[in-house]
Amino acid sequence: MNVIPLRLGYLPLVDAAPLFIAQALGFAEQEGLDLSLHSAPSWSALRDMLAMGIVDGAQMLAPVPVAMALGLGAARTRFDALQLLNANGDVIGVSEPLAEKMRAEGFAFDFTDAYSAGRALLQAAGGRLRIGVPFPFSMHTELVHYWLENLGQPLPELLEIRTVPPALMPQALEAGEIDAFAVGEPWGSHAVELGVGTLLLPGSAIWSFAPEKVLAVRRGWADENPDLAGRMMRAVWRACRWIGAPENRFLVSDILSAPGRLPISAEVIDRAVSGRLIISRSGEEREVPNLIEFFEGAATFPWRSQAAWIGVRLAERHGLDQAWAARAAGEVFRADLYRQHLRDAGADLPGASEKLEGALAMPTPVASERGSMILPADRFFDRRVFDPSELAR
Amino acid sequence: MPRPLSIVVVEKDRERALMIVDGLREAGEHDVVVIGDESSLARRIAERNPDLVLIDLASPSRDMLEELALATSPMDRPVAMFVDRTDGGMTQAAIDAGVSAYVVDGLRPERIKPILDAAIARFQMVQKMRAELAATRRALEERKIIDRAKGLLMRARNVGEDEAYALMRKTAMAQGKKIADVAQALVTAAELLK
Repeated sequence: MNVIPLRLGYLPLVDAAPLFIAQALGFAEQEGLDLSLHSAPSWSALRDMLAMGIVDGAQMLAPVPVAMALGLGAARTRFDALQLLNANGDVIGVSEPLAEKMRAEGFAFDFTDAYSAGRALLQAAGGRLRIGVPFPFSMHTELVHYWLENLGQPLPELLEIRTVPPALMPQALEAGEIDAFAVGEPWGSHAVELGVGTLLLPGSAIWSFAPEKVLAVRRGWADENPDLAGRMMRAVWRACRWIGAPENRFLVSDILSAPGRLPISAEVIDRAVSGRLIISRSGEEREVPNLIEFFEGAATFPWRSQAAWIGVRLAERHGLDQAWAARAAGEVFRADLYRQHLRDAGADLPGASEKLEGALAMPTPVASERGSMILPADRFFDRRVFDPSELAR
Repeated sequence: MPRPLSIVVVEKDRERALMIVDGLREAGEHDVVVIGDESSLARRIAERNPDLVLIDLASPSRDMLEELALATSPMDRPVAMFVDRTDGGMTQAAIDAGVSAYVVDGLRPERIKPILDAAIARFQMVQKMRAELAATRRALEERKIIDRAKGLLMRARNVGEDEAYALMRKTAMAQGKKIADVAQALVTAAELLK
C-alpha cells in the first residue's frame, strides 16, 4: 500500500493528545498515513502555518474558525472545523495574593460553584481585575466573559481580559501583570506547581460540556481531498476513542510527556487526564469528572449549534448581526463531512446536527443511527438555554 | 515625498534589535521603534499606532498582537502578512527567515515591499548568527566532555593523551557514533561507578 504523507500542527497542550496518539499508536498508519506533527510557538503562528499550507490540518481553538468566518482577526483565510478534538479542559486560577484575600474573606475554593467563586473573586478583586487568556478567539475568552457578565454582580471598573501565551502565564501572574487566568491544561497545574497560582474553577463549572479544540483545515481542502480527509478524520477519531477509554488514561499521560511532546512531567499531565487536580501549593485535591472529555457523549461531533453559540457571543461583543453570525458560524462546523467520513468507521451519528445548548441537566439518550448515543449534561452555570432556531426566525 | 512609515520591531535581544533597525534604515527614512519588554505588548503597540509591526515568527508573544486586530475600523486593522495577500516567493522567504509582520490594512503594497525585503534580509542574518552561536556553544560543550573523558581514560588505563583520544575515536568508528557521544557515555558511566 502507498503511504500518504500528512502534516498536522499543534500547540503543546493536553488536548493535542488525539494527534500524538494517532501517530504513536498506529491509528494513522492503519489509514495508510505517514503522519508528521509540527509544534507551533503560538496560536497565530499555527493559524498562519495552516493558512499557508505548511501543514494540512491543525489543532485549533474552536472559536478561531468561527471568528474567521465573521471576518474578525488578523487573517483573511477561512477554515473548516471537521471534528472536535475534545470538550472542556480549561481551568481558571487566581494569583496567590488574590487567593489569600479570598480565603481571608471566607471562600473555601470548592472548585464547583461558579456563582460563589465569581462573587468571591469580584469582591476580593475590588475595582480592578485583569484576567489572562491565551488568545482573543478562544473558549477561555468566551467562558470568562459569559461567567462574569451573568453573575448578576456589578463588574469592576477596570476589567481587562488580555492575551498572555500559556507558557508565560505563571510569569505574568508572579509579576503582578494579571490577577487571574484561564488556560488549558497542563498550564494551570503548572502554575500551581510553581507556587504562583491557585485554581478557582474548571471551565466545566461555567458550561458543563463546552466545545474546546477542533481539527481544522483550510476551507474547501476536505472537499477537494475527500480520500485524504477521510483517512485523517478516521485516524484522529479512533485516537479520541482510545483516549476516552478510562483504562488507557495512564498511558495517555506517559505518551504525552515523552521527549519532544509536552515539556511537563507525566504526573502533572495526569491530573488533567484523570480529572484529579491539585488546586493549590498546599496540595488540596479536587475531583472533576468532566474536566476534559475526548470521546464520550459525542464529544467529537461538531454541533452546528455549538458554533452558533460562539458566533452569537462574538457578534454581541463586536457589534455584528447575531442571526447572520449564527448562520455563518454554523457553516464552519462541518457536521456533513463528519457524517460522510466517520459513519463507516463506527461513529454513532445524531439525528440532527443542531441541538439546544445547555438544556440537559443529566445524561440523556437521543435519536441516533446506531441508537447508542447518550448526551451528557451540558448546562450553563446560569441555567440559560441557547436555542439557535430562535435566531433564525 | 511620501510620509515616513512608523514601524515597531518587537525583539527582546538588544543586539538583534539593533541589527534589524539598521537594516530597515537602509530601506528608507522610516520611524523605527523597538519594543523589548513584552509585558502589555498590545497596549504599547496600540499607543504608537504604527503602520507596520515586525515580530519573530517563533515568539509566543505574537498572540498578544492579535488583540490589535480587533480595532473597530477596518482601515486601522492590522492584518497578518504573508498569509494570503503577498506573492509566494516573499512568503517563503519570510518563513525561512522567521519573521512575521502585521500591516495596517489599506497600506499600499509598493510602500511595504522594500521594507519587508530589508526586514527579511536582516532576520535571515540574525537567524544565521543564532544558528552559528548555537553550533559554537555545542562544539564547546562537546570539547569539555571529550577532555573529561580523555582524562578518565588516561588515569584508568595509564595511557597518554594521544592514545586516550585514539582509543575513543576507534570506539566511535566501530560503533558508528560521534566521539562526543562515546565521551558522554564514558563520563556518565564513570559518575555512576563513583
